Amino acid sequence: MKLAYWMYAGPAHIGTLRVASSFRNVHAIMHAPLGDDYFNVMRSMLERERDFTPVTASIVDRHVLARGSQEKVVENITRKDKEERPDLIVLTPTCTSSILQEDLQNFVNRASSTSYSDVILADVNHYRVNELQAADRTLEQIVRYYLEKARKQNTLNQSISNIPSVNIIGMFTLGFHNQHDCRELKRLFQDLGIQVNEIIPEGGSIENLRNIPKAWLNIVPYREVGLMTASYLKKEFGMPYVAITPMGIVGTAEFIRQIEFYINKWAPILLGKTVNYESYIDQQTRFVSQAAWFSRSIDCQNLTGKKAVVFGDTTHAASMTKILAREMGIHVVCAGTYCKHDSDWFQEQVKGYCDEVLITDNHTDVGDMIARLEPSSIFGSQMERHIGKRLDIPCGVISAPVHIQNFPLGYRPFLGYEGTNQIADLVYNSFTLGMEDHLLEIFGGHDTKEVITKSLSTDLDLAWDSDSLSELSKIPGFVRGKIKRNTEKFARQNSLSKITVEVMYAAKEALNA
Amino acid sequence: MSSNRVPDTLTFECETGNYHTFCPISCVAWLYQKIEDSFFLVIGTKTCGYFLQNALGVMIFAEPRYAMAELEEGDISAQLNDYVELKRLCVQIKKNRNPSVIVWIGTCTTEIIKMDLEGMAPRLEGEIGIPIVVARANGLDYAFTQGEDTVLAAMAHRCPDYNGASPNTTNQDQAIQGLLSFLPLKARNVYEEQSVSTHPPLVLFGSLPSNVVSQLNLELKKQSIQVSGWLPTQRYAELPSVGEGVYVCGVNPFLSRTATTLMRRKKCKLIGAPFPIGPDGTRAWIEKICSVFDIQPQGLEERELQVWDSLKDYINLVRGKSVFFMGDNLLEVSLARFLIRCGMIVYEIGIPYMDKRYQAAELALLQETCNQMGTLMPRIVEKPDNYNQVQRMRELQPDLAITGMAHANPLEARGISTKWSVEFTFAQIHGFTNARDILELVTRPLRRNLSLENLGWTALVKKDKINII
Repeated sequence: MKLAYWMYAGPAHIGTLRVASSFRNVHAIMHAPLGDDYFNVMRSMLERERDFTPVTASIVDRHVLARGSQEKVVENITRKDKEERPDLIVLTPTCTSSILQEDLQNFVNRASSTSYSDVILADVNHYRVNELQAADRTLEQIVRYYLEKARKQNTLNQSISNIPSVNIIGMFTLGFHNQHDCRELKRLFQDLGIQVNEIIPEGGSIENLRNIPKAWLNIVPYREVGLMTASYLKKEFGMPYVAITPMGIVGTAEFIRQIEFYINKWAPILLGKTVNYESYIDQQTRFVSQAAWFSRSIDCQNLTGKKAVVFGDTTHAASMTKILAREMGIHVVCAGTYCKHDSDWFQEQVKGYCDEVLITDNHTDVGDMIARLEPSSIFGSQMERHIGKRLDIPCGVISAPVHIQNFPLGYRPFLGYEGTNQIADLVYNSFTLGMEDHLLEIFGGHDTKEVITKSLSTDLDLAWDSDSLSELSKIPGFVRGKIKRNTEKFARQNSLSKITVEVMYAAKEALNA
Repeated sequence: MSSNRVPDTLTFECETGNYHTFCPISCVAWLYQKIEDSFFLVIGTKTCGYFLQNALGVMIFAEPRYAMAELEEGDISAQLNDYVELKRLCVQIKKNRNPSVIVWIGTCTTEIIKMDLEGMAPRLEGEIGIPIVVARANGLDYAFTQGEDTVLAAMAHRCPDYNGASPNTTNQDQAIQGLLSFLPLKARNVYEEQSVSTHPPLVLFGSLPSNVVSQLNLELKKQSIQVSGWLPTQRYAELPSVGEGVYVCGVNPFLSRTATTLMRRKKCKLIGAPFPIGPDGTRAWIEKICSVFDIQPQGLEERELQVWDSLKDYINLVRGKSVFFMGDNLLEVSLARFLIRCGMIVYEIGIPYMDKRYQAAELALLQETCNQMGTLMPRIVEKPDNYNQVQRMRELQPDLAITGMAHANPLEARGISTKWSVEFTFAQIHGFTNARDILELVTRPLRRNLSLENLGWTALVKKDKINII
């Protein structure tokens, strides 16, 4: 048993549901007790989804506990098959159902014999993998299932496209700025004359999975999800993949050069010439992206040697560490990740770019580390933002877990050349705000302070008795002033000189507040 | 499912139970804040923890007095000893927070692996010297607010026994004692007032914010009824004494287990009343308590009229509009009754669980209200099926759907206004004073509609998708 208040990565079934509900016309059925379907709330709230989340639960209740699910799961699958005609139904076990050890595969076999949809059982162990690992695995499982099916039916599309093309693997729902990143990558490929073959899973259709082998290579922008699929495709179809994250100027250039390398394996045969992206990289770096110029400008000079701490998932934390250290001259005192399962890769990536490395999924360790190192700025998840609030250190959010404000409506990619601009803004804003704060502190704050905090009500003629004062103190700070003013206004109107709890409530009712 | 006609008597239906609601462990969110010296330990898996973290949002960062005892593979396969593990964590909690009570929340997982929490608690309690209360608030048996019911039922066992002789005043909230000091303002004699309480002790149960507690106390005070305690109290050490001769009354519709425990195990007398939600409910609640104590209520009618009068502007907005409760928090019947009284038409009252005995008075008031307002009785659908409900809503096109967050945005995108039902659980909705807050919530989407009217974009999903709800 572990005492835990907060977790960075969710339970396994969340990963499976994120992948399943990202595909078009795929429905997930959770084998779960009542209340475990809060994934629907997250998706509907955070992503502001307009459509009903294609996830339902086959409820495990007391009866199921006593007698087993029996027909219930099969009935729920066939019912959903009739109601919505999905292409695929993914039966998703949860931690509860995995202890029950029912033969879910048997239910799947029975249900798939009668339903139009394909039915598969998500293959994840709830006590061994987390959300991200499960998402990686489920994506691979679905891709494998459909490619094998296509191969059996001889519908596999193996002829490689005439012009260079890529599959983008790992864009999905509730991912950190994934939709914006996806758009930015598509723009980048358009600039480079590369066709985007399939994007999976986000918005992808199960039908189109058999076209995957048409692409020249696969792109895995995020370390956490997609690698398993990419290595499966490499093994089965010899498709190469690029797993460099195009984040930051150097990272994006490396990414493009790697793509160039693989494209040039086919280009002489299919295009009759090799491609060269160097001038594009140069043009973008020096003039389109502002980030290279920003790091030469005197603004950025002032950031030289400032201390920062980075924490997040492996992709974003590693890239951010490299951007801060290598592109902006900021002193990264500690870089860390909560993806313990991938710590070797992380250590190798940030080696030489930071003083120390922290691998933990315990937020108190992160808090202690930040308190000890006292950086001028933090780049982390929402948890680090709150740690920063308590320690009065500004924080830029660069990684999941995130809140609704990290699903902005405006265009905010982290990847590609527009991404470099966004990151430069984020970094710069985090530091200047910190600086401004210090200046205010040193000079005793703005001189308008007294004017602002001076109470607007004249307290002279009204006496609050001790009970009403204690009642007032129970009211949350941000509305207390308003309640106080309203009560006094009411008391004056009714020529009461003493304010009691009764007067307070009477005022509340009278003023409809 | 077959017909969408609104029936003319109260009808009860039961569907498949495929509906969305919060897990009952969410009760720790408000209970740890209510009981200031408590610590809630939820014994469950990552799934439970992730739910709390996401559902409670910002609260999680405020050093809450709750935590997960996260079960690992070794716990599930019994390679680790539950008792030793729980002891280790509870000792740590005692060291760091020193609470007056630790509440263990049993979850689905502890049920399935049959972890004997009730057996371990007394032993561990003896060893570490802190009371341990066990509540099985799991998703196998309960929905959302019923979590509070399981905790309060467990706490009822810890209430000191009432022995008729001692006056039961030490257990009062500070707020009540405070209230006595300004009674002279009301031109009453304080000393007389205190000695006046000739009625048997009355204990109210249900967790409410302390402001609302003092408001309700005050309302009863006006009828010369002295509330001798609340379950729960601000502090665990101040739990009220209960026993034979004590009257108890619930303030929330989801507390049937607590009511049963107080009646059967503690021999209290239950006052079955409608719940003090809305001015009509509040008046009926007070009247019922008065009638039990043989007191003639004073000025209640005027008080209710005065509140209705102050609600006029909002009532004009809701009158004639239709509502559909999808059902997830058991407040539905009381809210529907209030809204019907406000002139609304209720098509369907979805509800997770309907205790017809505990809610008898509320159901009777609902029926009476329907007759009085000349509206048809809504259908009450227990264990609803969300998919079927959405189909029904498609046909009925209600002006307002009161629903969980999972359905709110998709319904809004299809042009059906929604109000998030969980807000009713967290807002102050009890008593005369807070009637306006209920309508504030109910009218918010309607007021939003007024301000966005004439823009011409209400259905915001692509044409071909609108019908595939």
